[in-house]
Amino acid sequence: MSIEVRNLSKTFNKFQAVKDVSLKLETGSLTALLGPSGSGKSTLLRMIAGLEVPDRGEIHLTGREATFVSAKERNVGFVFQHYALFKHMNLFENIAFGLRVRKTPEAEIRERVFDLLSLIQLSGYEKRYPSQLSGGQRQRVAVARALAPRPEVLLLDEPFGALDAKVREELREWLLKLHEQSRVTTLFVTHDQHEALEVASRILIMNQGKIEQDGTPIQIFDEPATHFIAQFVGETNFIDTEVAEPGLAVWGPFRFAIARGFKVGQKIRIYFRPNDVYVTGEFETLQVKAKIVQTRFKGTVIEYKLDIGEDKVVSAQLPKGVALASGFKEGQEVYAAITAFHVFPL
Amino acid sequence: MSQEVLLVSLRREGQAPDPASHLSEPRWVRLALIGVALVFLALFLLLPLAVVFGTAFDKGFFYYLDSVRDPDTLSAVRLTLVTAFFSVLLNTLLGLAAAWAITRFRFPGKNFLTTLIDLPFTVSPVISGLVFVLLFGLQGLMGHWLKDHNIQIIFAPLGIILATIFVTFPFVARELIPLMQEQGSDEEEAGMVLGASGWQIFLKITLPNIRWGLLYGIILCNARAMGEFGAVSVVSGHIRGLTNTLPLHVEILYNSYNFTAAFAAASLLAFLALVTLAAKTLVEARVEAERRESEQSLIEEGVHEH
Repeated sequence: MSIEVRNLSKTFNKFQAVKDVSLKLETGSLTALLGPSGSGKSTLLRMIAGLEVPDRGEIHLTGREATFVSAKERNVGFVFQHYALFKHMNLFENIAFGLRVRKTPEAEIRERVFDLLSLIQLSGYEKRYPSQLSGGQRQRVAVARALAPRPEVLLLDEPFGALDAKVREELREWLLKLHEQSRVTTLFVTHDQHEALEVASRILIMNQGKIEQDGTPIQIFDEPATHFIAQFVGETNFIDTEVAEPGLAVWGPFRFAIARGFKVGQKIRIYFRPNDVYVTGEFETLQVKAKIVQTRFKGTVIEYKLDIGEDKVVSAQLPKGVALASGFKEGQEVYAAITAFHVFPL
Repeated sequence: MSQEVLLVSLRREGQAPDPASHLSEPRWVRLALIGVALVFLALFLLLPLAVVFGTAFDKGFFYYLDSVRDPDTLSAVRLTLVTAFFSVLLNTLLGLAAAWAITRFRFPGKNFLTTLIDLPFTVSPVISGLVFVLLFGLQGLMGHWLKDHNIQIIFAPLGIILATIFVTFPFVARELIPLMQEQGSDEEEAGMVLGASGWQIFLKITLPNIRWGLLYGIILCNARAMGEFGAVSVVSGHIRGLTNTLPLHVEILYNSYNFTAAFAAASLLAFLALVTLAAKTLVEARVEAERRESEQSLIEEGVHEH
């Protein structure tokens, strides 16, 4: 176990940023800490790095208690959102910094720095200064600098948050490859769900200072544990209704087979994703009438706003090919069914 | 700056009408404004400077040399240099500590401390001097204790140094606080996680990042420490050859109708001012370049806070 956190709490000026959080990360894993702004994810990461002191709880790094060990003794690598490269040092000195303060022999420093420069595809750039690099290059240098002293864990705080979409995508793949090569236990904070789903093998979702779900990307996406996660991850629709009879909820003409655990009359909210709304022009089975009020082109999918009665408009998404073949138009009457959904008590 | 504008406007003469002329004032307005500025500059800055040096050399170069080599003048120069040295040294250390504390830590009373740093600027220098008399003078709060221990502060060089330190305290701190706030503590945190000690972080990361701003603050602090009159006048006692700094010495010579000697001493101060001005201009350009660089990199990154 590389990182273990037990009952960690932190309060800033009466604002409880992190509430009683516990987690364990396997050695060599790549984990994302996903959450909206202000959910406490950065604070949690900074406490693990030793940049904030927790009010309560324990931090163990590679089996050793590290709660009150100073950041400089923890042997973690940390990558900041805005790179935090030393702007008056060239790339060589930036990457060498962690080795120099450890009094590593010069020959060893040179070897390690040149290895890392080639790993981040910036060989020959060692004399450049950070201001002469693009954002994506700077962040790669920041990762190399963090890896230079061979840390036991690598922590990244919104590493790609300041970069444009295209570079982000490239760096995601680069980070994945880098992790496969280095196998350093990695925890990265992000507010971008696509980044988390695509890169991490495990996702922790934080909201209001707590970890609300801990699972694989598929679990997070298909089995959201809470209201918040159902809304936060992926696009979603919801309708509010009551349990009509054991195992059945009804909303307008829609009928939902739900778990028998819900009491009759209990108020519930049913979440379903736009791509789980099955739309056809002809009636098949178990479908309800709906009217297309708007169509929107979204690249690989086409989104339809469907009026399903009672002033409720939901979105449905069809792959572009299917949508174009069906030739749906605004104002057209169609048939819709909800094929997958999640129920949470209100 | 005004010279550049003048050149541009001169170059435009006799050329095709400037397509952007409707974006600017008519030429006579521009020329009038530049003229007013130049006349003002000449009357209020260059003329006095010329008078200082002119009067100083009134009775010939050798008389000037003798005035400057007068033992009282030399002793005033020495005291001024010593005072400036200690003021700059202490205020550099105190200013660094204050700027560090204010920009890197959260603590109650931080805003109050930030305001307090400006106090020496907002209080009249005479009051600043009086504060020290009230504290350390014979009738003052600590007067008896100091007398018993045979320590003299008021009417002694020590008092002059203390008063000068007080008056010049804000220069370094005020220059550093906005700079360090702008730079944030990311680089220092990065250094810490990479295993550097506090001292290594200060020497290798913080200091190189603030060096030009720090130097700029030191230059301003030094200029004021050498030129300070009000506060020093109150605590000095004007003992010739002992507690007179250069500005005080100039006043004494002038009041005793020794104009040439007074202006000779004043020319030394004026010379120091010119050197300071040159140094300030050079450093300012570096500070500006550094700031533009960091702004540029911020723009490139398209930084947005989350």
